[in-house]
Amino acid sequence: MLKRRLVIEVNDLGVRLNGNSVLADVDLTVQEGDFLGIIGPNGGGKTTFLKVLAGLIRPDHGQVMVLGQPPFRERGGVGYVPQYASFDRSFPVSVGEVVLMGRLAHRRGRNFSSQDRQIALQALERVEMHPLRNRHIAELSGGEQQRVLLARALAGSPRVLLLDEPTASVDSRFVAGFYELLKELNREMTLILVSHDISAVSRYVKTVACLNHTLYYEHSREISSTIIEKVYQCPVDLIAHGVPHRVLPPHDGVVGT
Amino acid sequence: MSTVLAYDFMRNAFLAGLLVSLACGVVGTYVVVKRIVFISGGIAHTAYGGIGLGYYLGISPMLGATLFTTLSALGMGMASHRARQREDTVIGIMWAVGMAVGIIFVALSPGYTADLMSYLFGSILTVPGTDLWLMAGLDLIIIIVVVLYFEDFKAVAFDEEFAQVVGLATERLNLLLLFLVALTVVVLIRAVGIILVIALLSIPAAIAGQFTRNLGQMMGWSTLLGIIFTSTGLFLSYLYNLPSGATIILVAAVGYLLSLLYARVQRGTRLPANQSVRRGDCEATIVKK
Repeated sequence: MLKRRLVIEVNDLGVRLNGNSVLADVDLTVQEGDFLGIIGPNGGGKTTFLKVLAGLIRPDHGQVMVLGQPPFRERGGVGYVPQYASFDRSFPVSVGEVVLMGRLAHRRGRNFSSQDRQIALQALERVEMHPLRNRHIAELSGGEQQRVLLARALAGSPRVLLLDEPTASVDSRFVAGFYELLKELNREMTLILVSHDISAVSRYVKTVACLNHTLYYEHSREISSTIIEKVYQCPVDLIAHGVPHRVLPPHDGVVGT
Repeated sequence: MSTVLAYDFMRNAFLAGLLVSLACGVVGTYVVVKRIVFISGGIAHTAYGGIGLGYYLGISPMLGATLFTTLSALGMGMASHRARQREDTVIGIMWAVGMAVGIIFVALSPGYTADLMSYLFGSILTVPGTDLWLMAGLDLIIIIVVVLYFEDFKAVAFDEEFAQVVGLATERLNLLLLFLVALTVVVLIRAVGIILVIALLSIPAAIAGQFTRNLGQMMGWSTLLGIIFTSTGLFLSYLYNLPSGATIILVAAVGYLLSLLYARVQRGTRLPANQSVRRGDCEATIVKK
């Protein structure tokens, strides 16, 4: 089998925020075409880890390479979809303009070309938001905003797409459709998805990692119950979620099915 | 003779109003959408230090003001980006220190400093021709920079985190924007004075922001509103012999109140149509406050 390219290499990463160690001893390699789901408890450092990969937070320790470069130097190859829109909803800007910002790293010169506009429009079509392109962003629902943020990332034609809890504000009826879209995108790009929703993640990703201060990853779709217990320190919680069968191998003590 | 003088006078004043409105409309739009009104107020007040320095050294106070606003813009920008201090504390301190430096310089300056009040409260009716040229030059610099960096400024003002992800030099762009604020303050000092700068920088843009949905339009409308406010204020101050700067600000404030009322009425009549359910998407029914 042909060995695929590594798109992400994380070596002994450590991050401190405000004097507290948020991430420590994190090692990870991701190959081109992977669809990695990172699960873990809230406050476990998932968002921080994605921000390191996106170049928003600099590591205090260890090396991080994304597409062969340190993340803060890499531009244009990585798409980032934040959990919460960090922008001001009253800002005078339309949906189309927001998505066009995804082309910032690719524009030639100071302004956008007609090709940039076309690519942005295609990204909007991809998330089925093109009929709303002239709307003001404040007129969108939470789920629609999330799709616009995804389109903005896609407009940059990324090779690696980082998603932070992308379904947090999506109506539950549309979650499945959202993941189907991600699965489709995975044919063209590497996806790394962070979520606390284990059952939803497990149905669509190729491999799963657990993150709580440090990363547990075995390059597979299954996670041993010892890891789950280590990460969550409370397996009962998990079972209460319904049994995420593909993440958890069958183990004793599960009632039903 | 006196009517001709009065005419020259008024012509200069209206011209100054025009130049002021352009700077306010363009830069004020960024000040409002980026929520840097307080920083801008700080930059404006440090100008007093430069004016004092101008008096002390016997050079143009406007030159001193440009120097001080530029330096304070850089200082405040760096403080908000890098320092581990609370941003508003640092701004407040620089604000007061700039004023204090000005007061000391003025006290040390020889001779009589009569027109000092005009820098504090503005005197658009006595703007000399040389200052008009300076204002026009600064306006030109502002326009050129904004045209060149329009998309970059928009991205940084809208979502700084994302701008950073796509590789924009966000800190440098923020500093460049604050530099434009510094230049705008200098343009405005003659018309409304240091203390009232902040009103003209924020009110036209705040009104325009309620009715426009893109940045370029917002700049255009705030410039137009600025022209209306300065001309009306100028006219009223001439008519009733009132201080021009303060009159302009009060006219703008009345305009702002009217715009709030209008927006309210408009929203009241449009409400049902805005909240209709679209495409069977139940998320659209979420009521926005």
